[in-house]
Order: sequence, then C-alpha cells, then structure tokens
Amino acid sequence: MKTKPSGVSGTGGSGGDVCSSERYPGATIVTADPKGVDAGPHFMDGDHAIAEGGLAAGCRFFAGYPITPSTEAAERFAERAPEVGAMFIQMEDELASIAALIGGAWGGQKCMTVTCGPGFSLMTENLGLACMTETPMVIANVQRGGPSTGLPTLTAQQDMMQARYGPHGDNMIIALCPDSPQECFDLTVEAFNLSEYYRVPVIILTDETVGHMHEKVVIPPADQIKILPRNNYSGPKESCRPYKFDSQGGHPMVRAGDGYNFHITGLTHNEKGYPVMTAEQNVKVVTHLMEKINGNADKIIRLEENEIDGADVVVVSYGITSRIAVKAIQDARKEGIKVGSLRLITIWPFCEKRIRKLAPKVKAFVVPEINYGQMVKEVERCAGGVKVISVNHCGGAVHDPDVILAAIRKANQ
Amino acid sequence: MSTQEIRFSGFGGQGIIRCALITGKALALYDDKFATMTQAFGPEARGSACAAQLVVSDERVLYPYITHPGTLMALSQEAYDKYYGELPKGGTLIVEEQLVKLRGEHPDLRLLRVPATRYAEELGNRLFTNLVALGFFTAVTDVVTADAMKKALPGLVPDRFLKINIKAFDKGYEYGLKLTGQSNGHES
Repeated sequence: MKTKPSGVSGTGGSGGDVCSSERYPGATIVTADPKGVDAGPHFMDGDHAIAEGGLAAGCRFFAGYPITPSTEAAERFAERAPEVGAMFIQMEDELASIAALIGGAWGGQKCMTVTCGPGFSLMTENLGLACMTETPMVIANVQRGGPSTGLPTLTAQQDMMQARYGPHGDNMIIALCPDSPQECFDLTVEAFNLSEYYRVPVIILTDETVGHMHEKVVIPPADQIKILPRNNYSGPKESCRPYKFDSQGGHPMVRAGDGYNFHITGLTHNEKGYPVMTAEQNVKVVTHLMEKINGNADKIIRLEENEIDGADVVVVSYGITSRIAVKAIQDARKEGIKVGSLRLITIWPFCEKRIRKLAPKVKAFVVPEINYGQMVKEVERCAGGVKVISVNHCGGAVHDPDVILAAIRKANQ
Repeated sequence: MSTQEIRFSGFGGQGIIRCALITGKALALYDDKFATMTQAFGPEARGSACAAQLVVSDERVLYPYITHPGTLMALSQEAYDKYYGELPKGGTLIVEEQLVKLRGEHPDLRLLRVPATRYAEELGNRLFTNLVALGFFTAVTDVVTADAMKKALPGLVPDRFLKINIKAFDKGYEYGLKLTGQSNGHES
C-alpha cells in the first residue's frame, strides 16, 4: 500500500482544504497568528505537536494537571506560553482544569487541556457542563492502559466510549484520532476549528505510543494555516442571545465583560441562557445539542480510505493501530486477499453511513483496537449482519501485525 | 536501504535518549529518511537500564517499535547483558570499552568497541560520552551522515556546550573511521 506522511501531503489537517466555507458555512476563516506558529520542520513527539497545534490554532489559555503520558504537551505549552503571550495555569486537579477552561472560553479565549484516562474521568462532570453550555474547548486524551491508574507509561485505546458517553445525559461531542505526531499537530488545529464552529468540546483521542513517539513534524507557515477565530456577538443589547436552538453550528458566543447581560447554566435554558426547566424546552435544547453534530456529520467526518473498491475485507482502524494494520494489509495483499483500509480520522460522530454503504459489498469487517472491543460495537451496529471480526487487545502494547493478518485471513474465508 | 532498526542503550542520565533524538532528527530532517523514535519511560529512564529505539526507512515507518534490531549501541553492562542476545547474525554491536565486559567474542556479530568515556574525560567531562559514542556510531555504520548529525545538534544540546559536543562527536567519528580503515576525506 502506498503510504505518505499524513498531514503535510496526506490528510492535510492544518492545510486549507479541510478548512473551507463548504465545511464551515457562514464562518469567518482567517490565517493563523504568526506569533503562535513555530513554522518549519521539527523532530517532535505527538504530545509536543498537540501543544504546537493549539498555539497555532490561536489557543492562548491552557489549564491542566500533569499526568503521564500527556505531561509533555503541558510542558511544551508552558514553555512557549510567555513568548506567544498565552497563559498557562497548573491547576490543583483535573476537575479544576476543565472548570477553568469553561471560564476561559466565556472570557473570550480559545482554551485547551491535556490528560489521560484517570484525569479524563475527573473531567467528565464539567465536560457535560461544557456540552450543555455550548462552550468550545479542546481536550487531548493521551490514552494509557486502564482501568483506573492502570498502566501509566503504556499505550491503550480504551477511552473511545468514555469520550462519547462519559458525561451523564444526552450529549454529543466530536473526537479526532491522530496516527502520527504530524497529525497530532494537524488535528489539533482542526479540533479548534470544529470546536469554535459547533461550540462543543472536541477531544483528541490519541495514545501513549503516538504521544511519546518522535517523528518529523512540519509546521506550515502561519499564512498556510486556516483557522476560525472566536466569533463574538457585537450587535445591539436587546437582541443578544448566547444560544440558538436550530441544530446548526456557526453561532456567536457572548464574551463576558463586553457589556451584555446573559446567563450561563447547566440547567435547561432558553436562548438568553436563563433556566426554563420544562419538558418542552428540554426537547429544544437536547435536540439542538445532538443534531448540530449528528445532522452535520457529513461535513464533520473525515476518513482515509485505501483500496476499498472491490475489497472483500475492510479493516476499520484508527490511531496507532491503523499504522500497524497497514503492515498486516500489505501482507494479506501479497497472499492475494482483496483487503481495503478504512481509517477513522474522525471517531465521533461515527461514520455510520459509510459502514452501512460498504457492508453489502464486503465479506467481513476486521476491527483491530487496543481495547477489549469498543469501536467494533459501532461497526457491528452498522454492518447489517455482515461478519465483523474484533481483534481486541487489552492495552500495554500495540498489536502484533500477524494477529491482524490472521483475522484478515479468517474474514476472507 | 529499506528499513534499519537501531537500539541505543545504557543507564539513565548517560544521554541515551538524546542519542536517539539526535540521530532521528538528523535522519528525518537532513538525510531525507523516515525515522520514528520511541524511548523508555518510567523509572528505567532515570538511573537504571535505559533504551531508545529508532526505526529508519526510505518509506513511512508503520510499526514504530523494534522487531529485528540490526544495530545495538550499549553504553553500560546492564544494557549489553539485556540486549545483545536479540542481535541477529551479522548484526552490529557497539559497546563502551571500559563500561562493558564482554560475555564472549561474539564471532557472529560485527563487534566494535569505543573508549567513549576516556575520550570524553579527555575533553573535560564524562557527560560527553554519548556524543563520542554517537560520532563513532556514525562512522562505523551507514545509517546516517556526519553532516546531518552535526546539523541536528543545535537545539538538542545546550548552546553553550555545542562546540564541545561537536568536538566529542568528531573524536568518536575519527576513531571510528580509523578503526574501520576508512579515510576521513568525507568528514564534514
């Protein structure tokens, strides 16, 4: 399989093609502030690339609590913050970290934090608040083996469902999954753009391997990085509304201190933000929260496909596992098996439509992941009875490519 | 070259991970290769046996960890004991002359010994051991060019020690050329 370095010439996360007015209708699109862009080629790990992606995207507020294997991202941001004019606060814990991001966002800043499973667990309560209050922010979860404190220095992809279903109540987030340090940069820029447009937390679901792996990362010059600046309301006071429940993105925020009276609450609220705790209002709010993402899934979802047409077997994978899978796919093709690759760049919303369309054409799907079987449930849900083989693996290490190869062989029978 | 796998090993604090970072940066940024570096984390990186892995290829590296190491650089006894067994026949074994007591003659391996600590001490500080060893590694293998390695140093060693680190690198490099009977005409 022909592969190329993602990002620069591949998926183009920070490039122009993924930040267009078709993708973000009605949005103002500008180029990045050169102050935050450390342009040029680097030999960098994924964690550092996440911090650089945030700075390039215009993030100027980071609140976090160090935890392996995400700490390097916080260190990088802290180191660069003074020269960029950003603020970095080490908080007392992860509950406080995400609370600070919510405040920072309504104070007018693009905000981010990094953590891993244990920290993400602590963040989930306020992640729900951020969803409900439609507060943009980017959270990178550099996954390590769990549950609980688990395997602090070893890799996993065990928090895929937690990212989606962590907070209580119905809510919908966006999650992206980089397969390399380059994509850590590219997808963090993209995460900010999605987050600003849909006013929703966007989660970078990476893993210890990618987070700690050094590779070449090319940071483009600022004028080649397209970003969505914060969209703040500036109209007359009487028509100021921090919310609009129309199942779409692109709505302005109201910045605290700009002189508008508005209210932010986790309670079910009206368009001014004041509590209206009725079943009718909840239908409006929840439908909007869900549909602004699900209804725009076609615009949000990005996949990387390889030799899908005519494939008997399709391997669905993401993150570091997708790279290991390519090795298995190459070997399977040498044996004459027609196998295609579907890499999930966007994890949530899930590429439901694509799987449903592919299912009748293939013998089986193979889903390798470093967990006991999480995204495979989504594939099964959409596969319409077509065979789905889970190549699960409990964390601590990446797959042996031969194990994926064996599953591809089995799928082809 | 298709793919080469290299393990740098020693004890924490010797600059083992730095060796892999410098080599990876040199390859990825200045030698037009794909290089993926992974390293030991946790307590082992801070005093006990420590290792960093580099996978180098003309194509994108898919599997980031070492499966068939071709070259091992061992700067401590523990690292040597732990890793030399994984080298295949014909593999390159580079050891620190004073710090590693060999368990045999290793007739199946390409064994090279470098007095990196002694040279570093001659330069004033044994902290330069890793750069001497790295210069030696550059000379005796065909993985990376000396030119790229020197370009990679700024930013990975403190500015005020750049010159002396280059000196240490050269020392190891020249010794490596001499030992393997190469002229140093292409030394940069």
